Amino acid sequence: MAKQVLVACGAGIATSTVVNSAIEELAKENNIKVDLKQIKIAEVGAYVDTADLLVTTAMTKTEYPFPVINARTFLTGIGVEDTKKQILDELQK
Amino acid sequence: MSELFFNESVILLDVEGNSKEEVLAAIGNNLVDRGLVKESFVPAIIKREGEFATGLPTAGVSVAIPHTDVEHVNKKTISIAVLKNPVDFVIMGDDSETTPVQLVFMLAMDEAHSQLSLLQKLMQVFQEEDTLKYLVRQTDKSKIKSLLEEKLDFVALEGGER
Repeated sequence: MAKQVLVACGAGIATSTVVNSAIEELAKENNIKVDLKQIKIAEVGAYVDTADLLVTTAMTKTEYPFPVINARTFLTGIGVEDTKKQILDELQK
Repeated sequence: MSELFFNESVILLDVEGNSKEEVLAAIGNNLVDRGLVKESFVPAIIKREGEFATGLPTAGVSVAIPHTDVEHVNKKTISIAVLKNPVDFVIMGDDSETTPVQLVFMLAMDEAHSQLSLLQKLMQVFQEEDTLKYLVRQTDKSKIKSLLEEKLDFVALEGGER
């Protein structure tokens, strides 16, 4: 079954759009099916029971039952390959 | 999808401020004065920056991309401000570290989950150290305008003329 990946930012409007598209491409390149949900960080709570991974540009202090990956590198370009690898590792688990 | 408003009137040079709040108010009030955003936009963007910081430690020149919810926006626009002196912004996704920002791209978006290609191109610009340095040094607004129109590849809606 496709893993559910939450892509969140503060407003759910700008940076998550870019990150969402980057993950979509990453999954496609690696032939992995993902169920991407682009949301506001405040909406993560609604998905705690179903999500497999949270990729976010916003800060979060909440503990979740799934891994959380910081996606700022998709915006700055610095260290983006490391972030892609982290995401891929999680998707392939 | 409506077109994006962009011309020299939303490009600000030598913006001065002692804090990110002052800088955000200066850039945001210019948009309010032009009717592009509602008055509620300025307090909303300052509040949002406090909750979800947008400073990005990009190569060469740090940038910030403050933005807030769509209901404060009348007309979609990107406002660019070159700060006279760098001002510390908290780094996106980090609650303690700051970065000295000298270039602010204030996004006024009128629909959620939109503008993917524009945003992707904007993030691409953030990865070009030479372009960021050029923008910070530039004193001619028309050159900034044409560079960004080319880099972001958008058709600007100039004051409703076309």
